[in-house]
This record gives sequence, C-alpha cells and structure tokens, in this order.
Amino acid sequence: MRKTYPAGRQALAPVDFTVRRGEFLTLLGPSGCGKTTLLNLMAALIEPSAGTLRWWGDGFAATGGAGRRLAMVFQSPTLMPWARIDANVRLPLDLASAPRAGAERDVAAALDLVGLSDAAAQLPRELSGGMQMRASIARALVTSPDLLLMDEPFGALDEFTRQRLDDELLALWAARKLTVVFVTHSIVEAVFLSTRIVVMAARPGRIVAAVPIEEPYPRSDAFRLRPAFSEQCQHLSRLVADAATGVAS
Amino acid sequence: MTSAGDNGQPRLSRFAAPALVALLVLGVWQVLVMACDVPAYLVPSPLLILRTLIADRTLLLESLAVTLGVALTALGISIVLGALIALLFVRSRWIEMSLFPYAVLLQVTPIVAIAPLIIIWVKDTRTALVICAVVVAIFPIISNTTLGLRSADPGLLNLFRMYRATRWQILMRLRVPSALPYFFGGLRIASGLALIGAVVAEFVAGTGGQGAGLAYQILLSGIQLNIPRLFAALLLITLSGVALFGLTVWISRLVLSRWHESEVTPSD
Repeated sequence: MRKTYPAGRQALAPVDFTVRRGEFLTLLGPSGCGKTTLLNLMAALIEPSAGTLRWWGDGFAATGGAGRRLAMVFQSPTLMPWARIDANVRLPLDLASAPRAGAERDVAAALDLVGLSDAAAQLPRELSGGMQMRASIARALVTSPDLLLMDEPFGALDEFTRQRLDDELLALWAARKLTVVFVTHSIVEAVFLSTRIVVMAARPGRIVAAVPIEEPYPRSDAFRLRPAFSEQCQHLSRLVADAATGVAS
Repeated sequence: MTSAGDNGQPRLSRFAAPALVALLVLGVWQVLVMACDVPAYLVPSPLLILRTLIADRTLLLESLAVTLGVALTALGISIVLGALIALLFVRSRWIEMSLFPYAVLLQVTPIVAIAPLIIIWVKDTRTALVICAVVVAIFPIISNTTLGLRSADPGLLNLFRMYRATRWQILMRLRVPSALPYFFGGLRIASGLALIGAVVAEFVAGTGGQGAGLAYQILLSGIQLNIPRLFAALLLITLSGVALFGLTVWISRLVLSRWHESEVTPSD
C-alpha cells in the first residue's frame, strides 16, 4: 500500500509518506499540525490542492468504490441517536445495499468483537462514552476495511477507559490483521500502540520525523512500565518540543 | 426507583395545581357576579355559561365541527405542503434564497388583512377558510423543518459521505430523522395557529346558515346580546385549541420519547 501527498494545502505543507500493509501507524503532534487534515485526505473527505493519493500503487480515484474498503472512527462516536446500536453498526452495509441476511451476520460478529453483543438492541444514549466508542469501532470493522483511519478516537474518554480500549484495539489489530492509521496527541498512547510513529509539527503542518517502535507484540501493561517505554516517550517528547521551537526561532 | 415518590407526585400536582387555580377563579367569578348582581348580558356567571352550553349543545357542537374541520384540514395541508417546501429549500440554496422572503412576507402580513381578498377570489367559502388557515399555520412548519433538515450532525454527515451515501440516502437516513424534533416543535405552534386562522377567517367571511362555524356564533351572539352563548362558544374554541395542542404534544412524545433529549423522561 502506498500513499503520496505532495499536498500544497495551507493547513498542510507538502508531505510524502507511505502506509505499509499491516502497519499500526500513528500520526503524533500538537493541535493544528494537520493530523486530522491528513486523515481526512486519506478518507477522501477533502480533496488535496495538489498531488496524488495512491492505493496499492494505483491512482486513488481509479480504484473506485468497490476496490477501496476504508473505514474511519471519528473523535466523537457519531452514532445516530434514533437508531439502535445494531442498526448503527449496520449503516455502512445498508448504505452499500448489502443483502440483509449477510449484513445481520456481519453486524453480530462486529458487535461480538468489541464485546457489545448484549447492547445490540439499546439506543446510543443508554450506553456509556466508552461503550459508544466501541460501537463506533464495530461500525468501522463491519465492512472488514483494508485501511482503518482513527481520529483521536479515545481523546474524550477518561484515562482508565482509554487504556482499556487501547489494549482492546491492539488485540483487534492483531487478530484481524488490520492496517491502522491512528491520530493522537498523546505520546504515551502513540508509543504503546504503534509499529511506527510519524511526528508532525504545526504552522505549516508537516512531518518532522518517523520513529519505528521496535517493541514486540502482544504489548500489555507490563510494556507501559518498562524503561524502554519511557525512553521512547522521552525521545518523542524531545522531537515534538524541538519541532515546536524550530518554528518559533 | 421510587417512582411513586419521584414521578407520581409531580405528575399529580401538574394537573391538580392549575385545576385548583381554575376552580378558585371560577368560584370568585361566580360569587362576585351573584353578590354584585351583574346582569348576564354584561358578565354571565360560570354556571349560566355551563347551562347555556348544555342547552345550546346541538347548535354549538355543529358549529364546532365546522370550525375544527377547517382547522384540521388546514393543519394537514400545512404539514404536507410545509414539509415539501422545506425539502425543496434544503435541496437548493437558490430556491430557498428566492422564496424564503415571500414565506416571511406571508407570515408577517396580518391574516385579517388578506382574508377578505381570499374570500372574494375563492368562490367556495370553505375552501377560502382553509386557505386562510393554511397561510397562518404553514410558516412554523416550513421554517422549523428547514432548520431541522440543515441541523444534521456534521460528524454523521462526514460518515455518510465517507461511505459514499447518495443524496437520497443522506436525506432519508440522516436529514429527515434529525429534523423530526424541529418539525414537531413547528407542529405545536402550527396546531394553535390553524385554529386561530380558521376562526379569524370565519369572522371576516361572516357566513351563517348551514355551514356556520363557532366564530359566526360568537359574532351573532354578540349582536343579539346573547352573552352566555358567546362565552360558551369561546369556551369551546379554547378547549379545542388546548386539545389540539395536547394531541401534537402526545404524537411528538410517541415518536421522540425513545431517543430525543426533549422528550426523554427524567426518571432514569
């Protein structure tokens, strides 16, 4: 899988990077560094001012709807408040007019993956914030996407829920062999999750470094306590700080 | 979950408190009229109004049916037409820009001023009355539904776009459900306005005979100084207005109670 963006947007200086299949890539940086812009470009929610987006080496547009299975998890759960959880999860399949029977099976499987089988008949407002986010993830997984884009999905949750969902996300990533592009401004979360971290800086949004995290998977709470973990965090913290002062001077 | 203590008490007092006020006011009214010996052609006593209502029930209920028929027909037309116009507005900014000022114009022009024209132009009186009531009642439906259709959650809109939803899918699966709470808000206002529009138009038309509505009965009773009947007719109009409002509130609760904040019961 290959993506190139010499995108000359104001929000984003020309950037050029590639997402490899099976990778857990995190875009890390302060607010306003164009992480979300970059993600929206990948989701084709916005058009690049210049440059191209490539998908397995093909032109992005040329692959069309069928060949491009993309899913995105937004900052908020973005569930339809009037629809039951199972109907919310089924939405991508409904929009693609998938056959009902198969869709029901996929929805049940997706809900099972995120541990929400019991909540299928409930409405979003009856669930906690963490459960709503899980429903949102189930909706993203229901199409078995080739690429999963996540825009600070756990940013609004408390620390405990966030760590638990990070653990679950890694388990899902390993089990489903997903390719994930994850956006966060939490260094700790980035180090814990990623195979590779792309550090970005603001004004203009640009990539300053790409840091591979060599730690083997599965990663657990033990990893969070290891010296290697905090070393990586400090290293990244310096990178982010240097990038910020570089702009100021 | 002490539902009796949390829920039952306020619900009871919600009806009991205003009922008590009504009883008190009616009691004072009755006593004052009797004590000061006010003649019935000035202020009839509540009991006399009630007796008149019972005595003239055939006449008054027939008139009520006529007025309610006009109001309900107008409300139905306003709902269908208003929702369609709102859909048109949302479909194209151009259409909205060109037409919305005229909807406002229609709204701010007093119906009493246009009713004579409509009644002259439209031959059938009943049709003319319905048109007058629609003119008054349709605006809140149009403006609220338009606002609602435009108020879909931007995050959900992005989600639908990412999954390449068609315009029709976005409309039916996202915009219409998002607009429902706004639509019902408009409907509540429109239900009262439809009745007011019908009554005002009847006043202007002043048609008597077979198809006479409650407004005509009020007009006639005033001329004949039959003030108890005037009050009785007034009471019927007010009560049907309240009933109409209650009906829309009930329907709105039925549709929205499961998910929308405005109708969710605070018991949980």
